[in-house]
Amino acid sequence: MSEIKQLRPIALMPEAVVQSGFIALFHKEVKRFYKVAFQTVAAPVLTAVLYLLIFGHVLENSPKIYGKDYSSFLIPGLIMMSLLQNAFANTSSSLIQSKITGNLVFVLLAPLSHLEFFCAYVGAAMVRGLAVGLGVFLVTLWFADLSYVAPCWIIIFALLGSALLGAMGLLAGIWADKFDQLAASQNFVIMPATMLSGVFYSIHTLPPFWQIVSHFNPFFFMIDGFRYGFFGQSDVSPWHSLGILGLCLFVISLISLRLLKVGYKLRH
Amino acid sequence: MLAISIKDVRKSYGKVQALDGVSFDIKQGEFFGLLGPNGAGKTTLISTMAGLSRPDSGTIEVMGHDVEKDFRIARRQLGVVPQELVFDPFFTVRETLRFQSGYFGLRNNDDWIDEIMANLDLTSKAQSNMRSLSGGMKRRVLVAQALVHRPPVIVLDEPTAGVDVELRQSLWQFISRLNQAGHTIVLTTHYLEEAESLCARIAMLKGGRLVALDTTENLLAKHRPAGMAPKVLGDDGAADLEAVFVKIMAEAQ
Repeated sequence: MSEIKQLRPIALMPEAVVQSGFIALFHKEVKRFYKVAFQTVAAPVLTAVLYLLIFGHVLENSPKIYGKDYSSFLIPGLIMMSLLQNAFANTSSSLIQSKITGNLVFVLLAPLSHLEFFCAYVGAAMVRGLAVGLGVFLVTLWFADLSYVAPCWIIIFALLGSALLGAMGLLAGIWADKFDQLAASQNFVIMPATMLSGVFYSIHTLPPFWQIVSHFNPFFFMIDGFRYGFFGQSDVSPWHSLGILGLCLFVISLISLRLLKVGYKLRH
Repeated sequence: MLAISIKDVRKSYGKVQALDGVSFDIKQGEFFGLLGPNGAGKTTLISTMAGLSRPDSGTIEVMGHDVEKDFRIARRQLGVVPQELVFDPFFTVRETLRFQSGYFGLRNNDDWIDEIMANLDLTSKAQSNMRSLSGGMKRRVLVAQALVHRPPVIVLDEPTAGVDVELRQSLWQFISRLNQAGHTIVLTTHYLEEAESLCARIAMLKGGRLVALDTTENLLAKHRPAGMAPKVLGDDGAADLEAVFVKIMAEAQ
């Protein structure tokens, strides 16, 4: 054993040396999914491509939507669906694993504020969601010609959508005590909401009642606004979709931050 | 300034009163023992010190900083070795320590991380995944994690539970040297011979209440069960503190 140096308490160290713990937590969360990228990035890309191959082939003779063939219409929805589902999966799975295995204690012992905790987890979820979305985009380029009428809308909806689902995943991870509770929220809330959000169809093709129902699904607005960026056409105005998305993100973030601040199911 | 100041801390979980008005101080540089039977409130008290639990009432200060109001500075002063053998299975030992260091705002801390690993015989395992380590090695990493931010106060919650003799001895050598270097050490353990040989002062909890607080020497002198020979600290004292502990717990019924 070497001789122990006289330790200087971190609290007495110059502020310039001591940084926010946010960077380390964000880095850890990104590295966590990157280490299993085959499962967390490549697998969802493959799933989206299979959707495209199967639905694109089966419905290749269906009427054009927004003047595009079905595969071209489908791709933006698939990109956004994959992006959203994986942003949710990242925060929720990371938090529940850390809670159940007990290693969350290392984060809770650190001088991290609830805001730093929130930003690190949601930021990493955005990175994973965007990585998967980009992967789906790059692979599906081989299958159809896409136009990019308004790239800013694509970027805005991708960023805000991944942030919203990251925050929702955080909420689910805080709430769930067991893996099956988390699986229930994923299988009975997130999955149906994304699948029934107009990924595979324009809601104008639905009966009036289901068109109204679709307007209560925030995922519909995310997919529709994102698609507007590609085609310059959408079922509702992108500004309207942006407003709904912004409101949802604001409310979910506020709830998540409040729960983190009081330590709900984290600090007993 | 006191290392830790605990004032009238109460904490209940439903109908269970885990801490019932606990108050005491720990001075800087002390090697302090926190003893009690299972369910006495030791881990709850440590969790409350570390901000893992919130007290229903009362205050705790670490190096003069309230653990709730001034949590950032208070947590930087405290290193906690948790009781459970927990780890993140995604990372290597070095990554684990770098991230832990980063949570406390320290980057480029590899010199100190290397020094801790060398002292805990972890250097050869630096690139090993946490999953591949033995229980004893994982325990060493827990100790290392508690030290990465150079805390002046170190809390060890039953650090030698299920640990082999060799690791126990090397761990206590290292912790004793940290204490000699000026660190305050707070130890909970069920191995009373360890507490007796290491701790200068001891607090005993039972049912969430403080039932004894004194120097180890005084505890042994004052509470010696009748018929026991006079005690000389360091001379095969294991049975002595055990007997004193049993007596105090019985009297606290």
